[in-house]
Amino acid sequence: MADEIILLDLWASMLGMRVRVALAEKGLKYEYREQDLRNKSPLLLEMNPVHKKIPVLIHNGKPICESLIIVQYIDEVWYNKSPLLPSDPYQRAQARFWADYTDKLNAKSLYELGRQLWLTKGEEQETAKKGFMECLKLLEGELGDKPYFGGENFGFLDVALVTFSCWFFAYESFGNFSVEAECPKLVAWSKRCMEKESVSSSLEDPLKIHGFVIMMRKELGAE
Amino acid sequence: MGEEVKLFRSWSSPFALRIVWALEIKGIEYEAVFEDLSNKSPLLLQYNPVHKKIPILVHNGRPIVESFVILEYIDETWKQAPLLPEDPYERAMARFWAKFCEDKVLISIWSAFIKQGKEQEEAMVAATENLKFLEKEMKGKKFFGGERIGYVDLTLGWLANLGSIFEEIVGLKIVDEEKFPLLYSWMQDFAEAPIIRDNWPPRDKMIVKFQALLDAAIASSSSSSSSSK
Repeated sequence: MADEIILLDLWASMLGMRVRVALAEKGLKYEYREQDLRNKSPLLLEMNPVHKKIPVLIHNGKPICESLIIVQYIDEVWYNKSPLLPSDPYQRAQARFWADYTDKLNAKSLYELGRQLWLTKGEEQETAKKGFMECLKLLEGELGDKPYFGGENFGFLDVALVTFSCWFFAYESFGNFSVEAECPKLVAWSKRCMEKESVSSSLEDPLKIHGFVIMMRKELGAE
Repeated sequence: MGEEVKLFRSWSSPFALRIVWALEIKGIEYEAVFEDLSNKSPLLLQYNPVHKKIPILVHNGRPIVESFVILEYIDETWKQAPLLPEDPYERAMARFWAKFCEDKVLISIWSAFIKQGKEQEEAMVAATENLKFLEKEMKGKKFFGGERIGYVDLTLGWLANLGSIFEEIVGLKIVDEEKFPLLYSWMQDFAEAPIIRDNWPPRDKMIVKFQALLDAAIASSSSSSSSSK
């Protein structure tokens, strides 16, 4: 019996893109269903009643929520192709630690900081920019001279982070800074990742993301 | 030769307590290193330069930090008495609920305890909504892990102790037995389970500590809101 995989997602979401990359890495066929978050579908509300957010993966009718939890699930079910987490427990712990670092809620996740970069002005924006760059610099330190965060192979942490790279142009425009100037190795890494089919087919065009942010700013009254 | 396992903890941290429970449930021998968080040791700062926090597990000289990451590491390294289920879907569910407990339940209950006035009311509303989800999840189960204590139980375990401490200090019923009967009985079962009950920090010290934190929070919020000084 074939697996039925449905992904509830929003095209611009870097969190949803993580799941798309993971599915592509495993060579899985799935049905993508674009969600309108201003008018949430009954399916979304049924599949994620707790958070009512995307992404949601529905595998043979059963929902899995939270992007990094979904990526781990995909890695564990389809374990015999392109493993994303390393097999050694200590290496796994390192990958999970850094992925968790990007998602840390109370200490302002990368997602949160990025959002404030394009949503706010003045001092608030400067604080967000500072926090955002600190985070990226730390991650660049962790990358070091490795081709990928996973070492020789593209892995879990690469999946967790690479999706932010298509948002860099938008962040840079509104935050008035350059990621490449501050973190050249990270930009080089993101370009290396884009050479992979699973990444280039899953990430969105930075110009389209920029347009999306312009629209969101208007909607949220940031203009 | 032999395993060297050290746990950097404090006497009161509920996050470190998760690791104490996990190690003892699995029967792993370890050395506890108690930190004074107002005066962090050079070793703590060396092992956790990013967050500078406990718990830190040091296994054969290599540090692992962040309690969720440590719990998964322990479960993968020592296979006896598994904390996470074997089935990938059940594992995803356990991870989901643990994250929910940490990101939503803990934050809302902490806010209900530490904040005042309108902010406290809003926090209580949020906490009640969150607890409803957990109550539903508990249906037909003794522990979140089923018959045995598991990953989600260890994550939420702080509630079985701090819940009543917060209630005693602020007089606010956080887990009402009538509204949340399953959660309430889980708190009793968990608090009294072997290993769990042997490791609770001294209640009188906890009351003093959290009362002091609350007093400090009240003092700083009233001094910042007063303008005529």
